[in-house]
This record gives sequence, structure tokens and C-alpha cells, in this order.
Amino acid sequence: MTTTLERVAVPVLALLASALLFGLLLALYAKVDPLEAFALMYQGAFGSWFSWQNTLTRAAPLILTALCTALPARLGLVIIGNEGALVAGGVAAAAAGVAVSGAPSLVVQIMMALAAMIIGGLWIALAGGLRQWRGVNETISSLLLTYIAIALMNHFVEGPLRDPSSLNKPSTHPIGDTNMIGTISGTDVHWGLVFGIVACVAIYVFQRFTTWGFAMEVIGGNPKTARMMGLNVDRYVLLACGAGGAAAGLAGMIEVAAVHGRANASLAVGYGYSGILVSFLARHHPIAIVPVAILLGGIGASGGLLQRRLDLPDAAVVVLQGIIFVAILASETLYGRLWKPKAVA
Amino acid sequence: MFNEFTIGRRALLGGAAGTAAFGLAATANAQKPMVVGFIYVGPRDDYGYNQAHAEAAAILKKMPGVKIVEEEKVPETVAVEKSMESMINLDGATLIFPTSFGYFDPHMLKMAAKFPKVQFRHCGGLWTEGKHPVNTGSYFGYIDEAQYLSGIVAGSTTKSGKLGFVAAKPIPQVLRNINAFTLGAQSVNPKITTQAIFTGDWALPVKEAEATNSMVAQGVDVVTCHVDSPKVVIETAERAGIFTCGYHCNQAKLAPKGYLTGAEWNWERIYVDMVEAMKKGQAPGNFVRGGLKEGYVRSSAYGPAVSAAAREKTDAAKAAILSGSLSIYKGALKDNKGNTVIPAGASYVITEPKLEGMNYLVEGVIGATS
Amino acid sequence: MDDTSLGIWGVPLAMLAGAIRVSTPFIFVSIGECLTERSGRINLGLEGTLVMGAMSAYGVALMSGSPWLGVLVAAMVGLLLGALHAGICQLPRVNDIATGIGLMLFGTGLAFFLGKPFIQPKAPNLGAIDLGWWSSIPQVRQALQVNYLFVIGIILAFALAWALKNTRWGLIVRLAGESVDAALAIGASVNRVRLIATSIGGAFAGIGGAFLSLYYPGSWNEGLSSGQGLMAVALVIFARWDPVRCLWASLLFGAAGAISPALQSVGITQGYYLFSAAPYVLTLALMIATCSPERSLRGAPGELGAVK
Repeated sequence: MTTTLERVAVPVLALLASALLFGLLLALYAKVDPLEAFALMYQGAFGSWFSWQNTLTRAAPLILTALCTALPARLGLVIIGNEGALVAGGVAAAAAGVAVSGAPSLVVQIMMALAAMIIGGLWIALAGGLRQWRGVNETISSLLLTYIAIALMNHFVEGPLRDPSSLNKPSTHPIGDTNMIGTISGTDVHWGLVFGIVACVAIYVFQRFTTWGFAMEVIGGNPKTARMMGLNVDRYVLLACGAGGAAAGLAGMIEVAAVHGRANASLAVGYGYSGILVSFLARHHPIAIVPVAILLGGIGASGGLLQRRLDLPDAAVVVLQGIIFVAILASETLYGRLWKPKAVA
Repeated sequence: MFNEFTIGRRALLGGAAGTAAFGLAATANAQKPMVVGFIYVGPRDDYGYNQAHAEAAAILKKMPGVKIVEEEKVPETVAVEKSMESMINLDGATLIFPTSFGYFDPHMLKMAAKFPKVQFRHCGGLWTEGKHPVNTGSYFGYIDEAQYLSGIVAGSTTKSGKLGFVAAKPIPQVLRNINAFTLGAQSVNPKITTQAIFTGDWALPVKEAEATNSMVAQGVDVVTCHVDSPKVVIETAERAGIFTCGYHCNQAKLAPKGYLTGAEWNWERIYVDMVEAMKKGQAPGNFVRGGLKEGYVRSSAYGPAVSAAAREKTDAAKAAILSGSLSIYKGALKDNKGNTVIPAGASYVITEPKLEGMNYLVEGVIGATS
Repeated sequence: MDDTSLGIWGVPLAMLAGAIRVSTPFIFVSIGECLTERSGRINLGLEGTLVMGAMSAYGVALMSGSPWLGVLVAAMVGLLLGALHAGICQLPRVNDIATGIGLMLFGTGLAFFLGKPFIQPKAPNLGAIDLGWWSSIPQVRQALQVNYLFVIGIILAFALAWALKNTRWGLIVRLAGESVDAALAIGASVNRVRLIATSIGGAFAGIGGAFLSLYYPGSWNEGLSSGQGLMAVALVIFARWDPVRCLWASLLFGAAGAISPALQSVGITQGYYLFSAAPYVLTLALMIATCSPERSLRGAPGELGAVK
């Protein structure tokens, strides 16, 4: 049985093991004092109020994009098209925002969010639908749809939707300063963080306490049983994919409305791919997504300091992320074995 | 063996490791060196755009009382805002150079408003007096002047009369380069054409190689490019046995036979001037631009394949540009759809604002802007 | 039109040439993954293996002066990464898809980290076989510059297909993939079979990476792969776990990737972003056309987590 103690002890062990491995790499190859590196990482990620805000800002988009993998995973689907849904949602949001930019700002923001969620939702629902109706593997179709979304974004941003005055960085027309989503008061973290946390909690409640949530768990456990029970599997798959895509689409809208003010190629910077990692690391549990996203955000935030103070390349933090990720996944084998006599670890 | 290479790179980038390791202690007790931050959008040793900046930053490291902090591969999102803020808050940076175009609006402007005492200078040339904060500014080089010279060399060397240009995206800076290169070649032989192929992004090595090869298949015998790292284009062309003109920095080493010349940045001048100004307690210039004359751009030394006649022609054109008697963009100039873009008799100086919004390819370029 | 120009006929020729030049990494990664998946395990980390292979091949070729030694080392590095993946995945309750994603990150990051010193110097490249000697048209000669690894990849695809079908060893691999119980019944160790299959798959991916850095495009930098390893893994599902179909899929994908530059080079220049999406649209369209709910999983190994 998995105990509460284990839930804390196993990930901590995994993190310590990762730190040891990464420290060895730093000491032996890069000739850098690992303790200094870890002190700097702590300083850069969590060492001050500024660092905390840096971490949270980076975590915000990952929470929403992680849901794009986590929700369908509940039904046994492996969706990796998060980046595509984010990009498609971001372009849709900018187009909608520009189209209604004269309206009161709340209306504009709601329209943008709706457009992003609908397009993002349809994008991933397409992968789910193709699986149910045509038997197309959803992992590969969602990946292909990502590449297609990025090509379409480039086409629209440099063609039909381009603001002619955006010279060397082709972009859509700006949505206007008054329509921007601000930051949480007293901080410089944008509201995307709150949206993400609210979405995670809402989904947790939905999965835990509603019949639909229970039905999804049954389908994820065994689709054949679910069909025999009379559950409409197709509908639940579309729902989960649509909701996941909507979350990633909303992340795209927040990028437009809280960061860039317009849509351009900076939408596709990898938040979607990081979201896949977050979801798997959180074992697709909506509440666990939040701390995992903050951990990844913290590693991202501390990377700059490692580069500046220790002359380490940017790739150093990518290596660390990879080590942590593999160690935490491998540590899952320890659950239930730590305090038994036959345990070896 | 591995260590040898590591040391090689460190030496190349200015021995940053040693000084950076003591960074914390140094800021604490010594008489506070001035901290200058550099932010790059790609890897700082990419044989291209970012390396050109990093090489200039490495020169600054030798200046007394100056400490350089660098971050590479920073995307043009909120991440760059956080990098700047972190440099200011944690390292005490007082002058920041965000070197990629997309860092300007909204990211750098946001940070400039938040930290009015810190100076921000952006590479790209968007700063407008009255519109943008006074603690910001921009600098850029008219590299199309050097591209024009490359075009003359290419036009004198080509046998098929077909030149190639591998480009990332059809933005004004890229179009200026394609057009200047073509106009330079056409000054030798008006019938020369330039095949432009857009790969769609700044760093796509396989596509860049494919684009180069498909131009070779069409009979192109001199190629140049405007992508972040010209390495792949230059090497692919060298292997196919055709000639190349470089971009961003000197790639002669990559193509000992086919490298003709190249358009290079020379950021050192700008960076040294700005840091010196700061040390004297003045604000660095807000709008710094220049071309061959100011020394902000330059041409690579001629390769062995460049004929004496070509050298002579190019040197003459260079002298004319330096003296101001030669204008690259002059009427009557048509685009490749037949529209007149510069009327007969008109002649633009290189600083002409209209050129900043260039959205056409000149006659003789095969390619489309969208 | 002068004699060096083939005009519009250059497009199919360029696609053929593109298929030959671009497809090799896809071939190696996809047949490697095909073997791994037939044994019942999925390794999404081959993107990381590909990049590690590219970096180590380039580094070794640079230091030793021998590109073939580079290929060998890339294969060894791939073998080790494959074995690492297999070793972690055989622990109880560890998810192989997630571990693969983790190793993708680890491999890519490590390659960038260790590869910094190799970006500037120029390493010796693998040579090519000139199969176009009979033609007087330079474009044809250029298109038929074929690398040894391309030929080896084709042979490996057919050899693997034959071995899976006709050898005792192939039978054991397929049994491990279809049904653990059946494999145990004939006394095979499923974990050992998967360890070997995953390691060999990793070695193939490493060689694919060596092709990228040592032949085409033929240099080491951090943007080298741009997701080719991930796409190649996806092609295995597209090819329904058949090595020979993996070969065709890779060739098709390579040819489709050459469409955009080839069309631009003959003057068809509008909408190149849409053309550059061609390989993905084509793959998706073919999957939609050829799959059906009943047939989709035909050929899928029964023990494979991804398609359960």
C-alpha cells in the first residue's frame, strides 16, 4: 500500500538522486562546484520574492498545457498535440480580439477566451474523433496536427492576418492595451496562473465527484466494460479531448492577452511540449500538475543564473530536467517497497 | 581531449569561466564594476547572428571595471522580461543589450518602464524619439551595403548568371539583403537573376541544405543566405562545388575553395562606445546606426576564387559608397511583379525610412514575399 | 531556358533526390523503433538518442579524423541509451512512454551540453557513392549521390523484416510483443528480449544521428534534428510495425519534405508555409484514408502500451 509518507519520501529521494547525478556531471565535466550551483539555483528559483514571481510566471502556461495531456490520459489516450492547440488557440484569440476590439474590454477578453478554447478544443477533439471513428492513432495525429498548426500560424501571421506595420517580426494587429489581461495585484505574475489553478481544481472536482468523471475512469480502466455498461465512449473521448484542447487553447489566449498583445511566432516556444512533461510527471493528476509545473518553472527561472554566474550553457538545465524526470518516473517502482523487509532500496 | 576543446571554446569566448566563478565575491567587495547584460535568442556559438554579438561581448570583457553577464537561447516571450529583470535584480546590471529583434516590443519596453534607471539598448532599430522611453534605444548596421558588395563579387564570378539566396522569412531586413545583393550583381550584368528560397524559420538546417541543393539543381552557381547560422548553407554549397558569400560573420574556414566574400557585422565599435559613455556617466546614444562608413558592417576578405577584375570593381564600389557618391536603391526600380517601386530620378540614401518597410523583391529576383 | 535548367521537371527529380538525402535518419530511427515496438516496448526517447548520436559521431570524427569511427561510437551511444531505457522500463510500474519522453529531454540536453566544443570545428564527412555516373545531366548526377548509410538502411529494413518473420530469434521478439505468457511458455525471458531489442533500436537511432551530423546536412549544431526522431517514431505507427513499410514511409516523408524548396526553386513561390506542412498533411491524410476502426490495430503488437 502506498502510504502518505511514501508519497513524500519517494519523490524526495528521486530529487536527491537527480541532484547527485547532475552534481557529478557539473563537478567532473564542467569543473563547477555543484554546491555553488545548487545554491544559485535555489536563489534564482525560490530565493526571493522576485525569484518566486519569476518561477510562477514561467509555471503559469505549463499548468494549462499540461491539462491537454492529462484529461485525455484519464481515458487511456496519449495526446502530445498540446503545442498545436496552444498555437491555434492563440491565433484564434488574436483574430477574435482584433475583430471586436471596439467592444468593452471584458467582452473582448471573453470573446478571445471563447475563440481560443473552441479552436483549441476542436484541434484536439479532431485527434480524438479520428481515433474513435477512423482508428487513427491519436498520439501521431496530435503530433502531426501540431506541425500543421504551426505552419498555419506562420501562414496567417505573415499573410491574411498580418499587421503591415509589424515589419521585422510579422504579427497580427494588436488587440489594444485596454484589452490586455493585467497582473495579479501586488505581483507581476499574470492572471494565467490563477486560471490554471482554478481549472485544475475544477477538473479535480469534476473527476472525483461527478458521474461523468466516474464514467471516464471506468473507460480509462477498461473500454470494453464501459461499452457493455452502455457508456457512450466516443462522446467521453471527444469531451475529454475537447476540454484538454480548450485548456491549451486558453493558454494560447493568455499568451496573446497577457504577454504579447498580438499573435506571432513567439507563441510556439515549447510551452506545449513542456506541458506533456508536466502531465506525465504529475501522473495526469490535476492537482499534482500545479506543484510539478512550479518545479519546472523554477528550474527554468534558475537557468539564467547558472549561465551568468557559472558560464554553463543553457543546455545544463535541460539535462537536469531530463534527469529529474527519469528519476521520478523510475522511482515509482519504489512505492510499496520502501518499508518492507524484502525492499532493497 | 575533451578538456582541450572546452578550453578552446572558453578561450574563444574570452575566458569567462574564471571570472564568472568569482562573480559573487567580486561584486561584493571590489569597487563595484559596471555590469552589462547580453541576451541572445540562440546559442551564442552558432557561427552566425548570435556569435557575431557574443564575439563583440567577449571583447568588452577585457575592459577594466566592466563585468559581462550573458544568457543564451532566451525566447522572445515573458522569459526575456524575466532574464532582464533577473540581471538587474540579482546581478546589478545597469546596461542591457537584448540582441534579438522580437525582444523590443512589448518585452524590453515593459522592463524599461519598470526600471527607469537602467539603460536598455536593443539591436534592430525601432527606437523613435518621443514614442519610446529615454532609457531605451536601438542600434543597427546597414548590412545591405555589404550585401551589395557581395553581389558585385557574385555577379562577377557567376557563369550561369543565376545566384541563389536562402532566406528565413520575408521581412524587410531580409528583403533588403536579397535586393541589395541582386542589385550589386546586376550592376555587373543586368541579366543576372537571384533565386530566393524561404525556409520559413531562422534555424532549420535540413531545409537550408535542401534549399541549397535544389538551387544547385537549377544551375545556381553562387549562393548566400540570411538565416541565423549560415554554416549549413556554406558547407552544402562547398560540397556541391559552387561559390558562396557569407553572412553575419566570416565563414571562410568552412569553404576554403568557394568562399568569395561575405557581409559581416562588427558590433564591437557600438558596444565599446556605449560602455565608455556609461563609464563617463553619460547615457549611450539612443539611435545608433551606420554602415560601411561607420565600420558597423564590413566585408570578409576576398577568397581565392575572386578575380582581379572583380576585386577592382568591388573596391571601386566600396570607395563610392564610403564617399557617398553611390546609392544602392535608385530609380527607376521595378519589383519582380512589374510595379515601379522607386520612380525614375529618385535616389534613396541608405538611411531613408521608406527602406525600413521594404516589402518587395526587385526585378530579377525569382521568389514571392508571401 | 538554358541547358542547365530542367524547368518543372526538376520538381519530381528534386523530390527523388530529397527522398534519398533526407530520408536516411527516418529510416534508421523508424526501423530501430519498429524492432523495439515489436518486442512490446515503446521508446519515445529516440529523438534524444538521435541527437546524442549526431553529437558523439561528430565529436569522435573530429578528434579521430575517421567518420566511420564516429558512426560506430554513435551506435554504441545509442545502444547504451536504449539499454538505459529498457533497464528503467523493466522495473515494475514504470511507464515506458513517460520514461521515453524523459530520456528524450535528457539525451537532447546532454548532447547540447557536451556538444558545445564541436559547433565551431569542421569534422571529416562520410563519403558518397556516385550512382549517377551514367548521366550527363548534372541534376541527375547530383540526385544520385548516395550515401553508404542509405544503402545499409535499405538492406537493414529488408533484413529485419525477413528475420522477424523467418528466424527463431524473430519469433521470440514477436512473441514477447504479442503475449508475455506465450513467451514465458517457451522459456524466453521477456525482459532480456526487450532489453536487446530496445538497445539495438537505440543503436540504429544513433546511426541515424551520425548521418545527420556527418553527411546531410553534415555539421553539428543545436538545431540539427528539429524533431526528426520524434516524427520517425510516429512513422512506425503509420507503417503498422512493418520494417519495409517503415522504409517506404520514410522515403515518402523525405520526398514530401523536398516539395517546398523544389517548388520555390522552379518559381512556384506562393504559400510556401502551406507547402512546408505538406509532409504532415500527407501523412495525416494517408492515415485517415487507410485506417478504419476495425483494421487500425492490425499489426500492432498486443503488449504495446501505446495502443491498448
